[in-house]
Amino acid sequence: MNYGTKMASGIEPGAELLRIENISLSFGGVKALTDVSFDIQRGEVRAIIGPNGAGKSSMLNVINGFYHPQVGEVWYCGEKRKGIKPHQIAHQGIARTFQNIALFKGMSTLDNIMTGRSTHMSANMLSQAIWRGAAEKEEIKNRRYVEEIIDFLEIQSIRKTPVGRLPYGLQKRVELGRALAAEPVLLLLDEPMAGMNVEEKEDMSRFILDVQSEFGTTIAIIEHDMGVVMDISDRLVVLDYGKKIGDGTPEEIRNNQAVIDAYLGVPHE
Amino acid sequence: MSPDVLYTIEVILNGLMAGVMYSLVALGFVLIFKASGIFNYAQGVMALFAAMTLVGIQNGQVPFSHLINAIFGTHIHHFGWQLPAIVAILLTVVVMIIFAILVERLVLKHLVNQEPIILFMATIGLAYFMEGFGDLMWGSEIKTLDVGLPQGASLALEEYTLKWAAEGSEYYGMYLDKLDMVAALVALALVITLSLFSQYTKTGRALRAVADDHQAALSVGISLRKIWVITWCIAGVVAMVAGVMWGSKSGVQFSLSLIALKALPVLILGGFTSIPGAIIGGLIIGVGEKLFEYSIGPLIGGATENWFAYVLALFFLVFRPQGLFGDKIIERV
Repeated sequence: MNYGTKMASGIEPGAELLRIENISLSFGGVKALTDVSFDIQRGEVRAIIGPNGAGKSSMLNVINGFYHPQVGEVWYCGEKRKGIKPHQIAHQGIARTFQNIALFKGMSTLDNIMTGRSTHMSANMLSQAIWRGAAEKEEIKNRRYVEEIIDFLEIQSIRKTPVGRLPYGLQKRVELGRALAAEPVLLLLDEPMAGMNVEEKEDMSRFILDVQSEFGTTIAIIEHDMGVVMDISDRLVVLDYGKKIGDGTPEEIRNNQAVIDAYLGVPHE
Repeated sequence: MSPDVLYTIEVILNGLMAGVMYSLVALGFVLIFKASGIFNYAQGVMALFAAMTLVGIQNGQVPFSHLINAIFGTHIHHFGWQLPAIVAILLTVVVMIIFAILVERLVLKHLVNQEPIILFMATIGLAYFMEGFGDLMWGSEIKTLDVGLPQGASLALEEYTLKWAAEGSEYYGMYLDKLDMVAALVALALVITLSLFSQYTKTGRALRAVADDHQAALSVGISLRKIWVITWCIAGVVAMVAGVMWGSKSGVQFSLSLIALKALPVLILGGFTSIPGAIIGGLIIGVGEKLFEYSIGPLIGGATENWFAYVLALFFLVFRPQGLFGDKIIERV
C-alpha cells in the first residue's frame, strides 16, 4: 500500500473522490476552461467529451497537476489541493496516459512498466548502488506485480522489445500498463483509442472495463468515439469552448439539446 | 614481425589510450545532455575545478587564502597537513556533489522549460564563474597533481616487446605510458559501473526515463529536479576522474578546461545522446589522429593532431549529423 492508496482508503465506492470547483484556466489571452465544475465518484468510469479544442486535455492536465488553474479549486479525497508539484500527483495515486503516447522509447516494455512502480519503491540510492537486501527484495516484489500487469494486458510476447519499435496499438497498451503498474486510485486516460481500428478499440474497451471491475480503479477518460464512450462510461461531462454544457448519464447526455447542438455545429450566438 | 608493423600497433594502442581520455570528458557531456537537454559548456571547467580542489585538499591549502590575507593582513596559506590521496578524492567528490546541488538550486531551477540556447548560455556563464571561483579559492598558479598514479614509460613492456621484432632489425620495444594504461582501466571501470547502475537500479531506470520523456517521467512520479541533481553529481564525478587523469599528465592549469573543446568532435562522432557513442567516438578520434599523424603527417608538415579531429567531425556533420549512435533526427512536417 503506498501513500495514494492510503489517502483514498476512506472513500467508499460511489462517494466523491475528486471535485473540480469553478475552474478557469487561460494561457495568455486564450481561455481554455471557463468556470467548470464537476465531480468524479470512486469506482466509476467518468468520460470527458467534447469537440476538438473544447478543453478536454486541459482539464486532464489540471487534474494531473501539469496546469495550475488561475481560478477555482481541486478537491481530492476530501482535501483541497494546494501548491503541488507534478511528480507528487503520482504519489497521491493518480496515474495517466497521454494523447500522443509518451513512453520511454529506448526502454523495453518491461522497463517502461517498471517505471510505473516508482511510487511503490522506497529503497534509497545508496542501498541500490550497493545492491543488497532491501533494494533487491523490493525490486523482485515489484517485478512480480509488473508481470501480472503484463499477463493482464496480454503483452507477454513483447516484454523485452524496445517500445519505440512496437506498432501504435501496442504502444498504447504498454502505456496503459505503465499507468496500471502504479495501482492508481484514479486513472486518467487521454484518448486511449485514438487512431485504433475497430478490433483494437474493442480490446481497449474490454481492458478499461476489466480494470474498473477487477481493480476497482476510478477512471476518467477522454474519447472521441461516441459509440464506445457511451458504452463504457457511467457518467459523462461535456465541454464545448472551455465551458461545461452537459453532465450526466449516457442517456441524459443523448437527450441534451446543448450537447446535440455542439456536436451538430449550431452557430454560437 | 617487422618493426614497421610493431610501430603501427604501438601507434594504434597509444591512440586508443588517448581516445579513452577524450571519452572521459565526452561522457560528462552526454550524461547531462541526455537527462536535461543541456549542452554543458562548463564540463571542462568542472574537470579543472575538481582537479584544483583535489590538489588543494590534498596539500592542505587554505581555501580563499589570498582573499583572507588581503582583507585581514594575515599570512596563512596552508593548514600544514598532507592528506592521503584517497581521502582527498572522497572529499573532492563531496565538493562536486555540493556543487551539483547548488547548480540546480541557483541556476537550473529558474530556467526550467527555457530554450536550449538559453540553458547553453547559462552554462557558459557557469563556466566563467567557476573558473574565477576556482582561482579565488585555490590560487591560479600551475599545480602538480600526484595521487600516486604510476607515470612514465612501462619498461617491462618495452623489454617484453623487444623480442617480437625480427632478429637484427632496429627496434627498441613498445613505448606506452603507464598513466595512459591506468586511465584506460579507470575509464573502463567507470563506464561499466555507470551502465550497470543505469540498467539495474531504480534510480538508473528513472535516469533513462527522464532522458526519454520528461512529461511521462513526471506522470509516474519521478521528480525531474532530483534526477537533475543526480545527473550533475555523476557528471561532476566523471569530470573529477577526467581532471585527475589529465591533471596528472600535464599539470593542473587553465588549459585543462580546454579539453572540453577536444570532446566536441567526439560528441559529433558518437552522437550527443549515446554513452557507448561517447566511448567509441573517443577511441576513433584517438586512433584516427595518431594514425593520421604517423602516416600522412610527415607528408604535410606534421602537427595534424591539432585539426584532424575537427575536420573528421565536419565530415560527419555533412554525412551523418546524428553521429554514429545518436538518435536519428526525424522531423515530421
